[in-house]
Amino acid sequence: MALKQISVFLENKSGRLAEVTKVIGDAGINLLGMTIADTADFGILRIIVTDYEKTMKVLTENRFTAKMTDVLAIEVSDTPGGLSHIMEVFCKNNINIEYLYFTIDRRSGKHLVILKTEDPNQALAMIASNGLTALSSLE
Amino acid sequence: MIFNPTAECMPVPERKELQLKKLRETVSRAYKNCGFYKNKMDRVGVKPEDIQTLEDISKLPFTTKDELRETYPYGLLSVPLSEIREVHTSSGTTGIPVVGLYTEHDLRMWGESAARCLAMTGATKDDIIQNGYGYGLFTGGLGIHHGGRTLGATVIPISAGNTPRHLQMLRDFKTTTLTCTPSYALYLAEAAREAGVDLSETALCRGLFGAEPWSENMRIQIEKRLGIKAYDIYGLTEIIGPGVACECTEQHGLHIHEDFFYPEIIDPKTGKALPEGEKGELVLTTIDKTGAPLLRYRTKDITYLFRDACACGRTTVKIHRLMGRNDDMLIIRGVNVFPSQIEEILAATEGLQPHYQIIVDRTGNHLDSIELRVEVDEASFSDETKEMEALRRRLQETIKSKLGINAKITLMEPKSIERSTGKSQRIIDKRKI
Repeated sequence: MALKQISVFLENKSGRLAEVTKVIGDAGINLLGMTIADTADFGILRIIVTDYEKTMKVLTENRFTAKMTDVLAIEVSDTPGGLSHIMEVFCKNNINIEYLYFTIDRRSGKHLVILKTEDPNQALAMIASNGLTALSSLE
Repeated sequence: MIFNPTAECMPVPERKELQLKKLRETVSRAYKNCGFYKNKMDRVGVKPEDIQTLEDISKLPFTTKDELRETYPYGLLSVPLSEIREVHTSSGTTGIPVVGLYTEHDLRMWGESAARCLAMTGATKDDIIQNGYGYGLFTGGLGIHHGGRTLGATVIPISAGNTPRHLQMLRDFKTTTLTCTPSYALYLAEAAREAGVDLSETALCRGLFGAEPWSENMRIQIEKRLGIKAYDIYGLTEIIGPGVACECTEQHGLHIHEDFFYPEIIDPKTGKALPEGEKGELVLTTIDKTGAPLLRYRTKDITYLFRDACACGRTTVKIHRLMGRNDDMLIIRGVNVFPSQIEEILAATEGLQPHYQIIVDRTGNHLDSIELRVEVDEASFSDETKEMEALRRRLQETIKSKLGINAKITLMEPKSIERSTGKSQRIIDKRKI
């Protein structure tokens, strides 16, 4: 199964990141992973959280534009060439990656690469047959 | 030099007689040959014979820009189509442009109007005019071109843009007279400085600037930076483009060619005529145009009329430099833009809310810039930057193709733009004109 990720549209103005993280923190939601894609005028915050439904609810209530998407969380070995191996598998199977970032599975302490592909289900099938491990939840 | 001293220096009472004669002819012809005017006049029960004095013009109904669009393309045609020699249109930013239809007679009148303007600023047949107005359907380029030809001067039809070539021609061809938008003149000055061209060393001595709002402050800047005299020229596509009125070397108000255009100032709210000296909306009637005459056209431009004993010797009435508009039209780099047009584009663009803010500025390079802030639709928000950038680019390209302007697009969070019932907050004009 794919992992859920929440993206938030942020105007490029000061304090906006402070506001969104406060809203999430005040709701008792823990951030398990995050990255920001930035352009000159706006940013897209992408987060992995403990409670997706609640996060969407508080963000919407606080007038943030948020969206849930499917991403892949794949375990990556904490050794040289760890990511390279995974990339090779994606490349061989002709699966394009839109973006990626890293986090840690706090339960196992393992490193994870979070990947966005066009068709997560197709990628999942490929992952399993290549001996990679994908997580559907970080809880 | 006065291009046509008989017409331009005619004693006022004599000219009023001439205007009445021309007005009556124009109204009769319009009533007889153009269904649009006949219907309008019949509706209010006015016949051409009712025009006995110049003041009787107030019996005629106004003509509006909306009506010009409704009658697109040939609705105002008042002569057989075979008599039309040239067609011009506005930038057509709403999709339906305003049309100008010119007979041979009209082109001569236009040429003379623009020639009189050039002469007012001191240009003669010995001058070299570098015409930086856009050529094509836009009346700016060909209007000045016709004027330069009529004057007997040399015209360089360089058109708008291509600044390095402008500078090169200016230097190499010993241009004396520059015609373009005032903001482009300042831009050119900046470009000259950067390229190490000293404009005060060139033959350039005057410029006629128009097609967008400007001010005394800009005049000072232009005169200083280009080392020239800068003159304000007024025109609008609906009438003839540039050449309706222009400043003479006194630089004190713009003389209207009264034997071609009959001006009135009205209270924009009541439509009542206002006396000379009172500020209101300029209404123009073409009294020497045959192809598609305009009766009492509401220009939406705010100014006032005055008749002083001008040292130049002309007796024609003057308008004060334009003092604003009676609608929300923005003029950006010579292009007319209505906020409603931007609204229409937004409504037709998937993924964007029709909530927007337009910020117009005139920044470092002296050219107008427009920023359009639009709210992203929650449904169309993507976690991928390339999707968001594509959305932005799509909007930018649509605006470029439909409105002819390059706008900076800023995507905003939903509900971040203040909601207002009026349109005023939607437009922030920071230009210090």
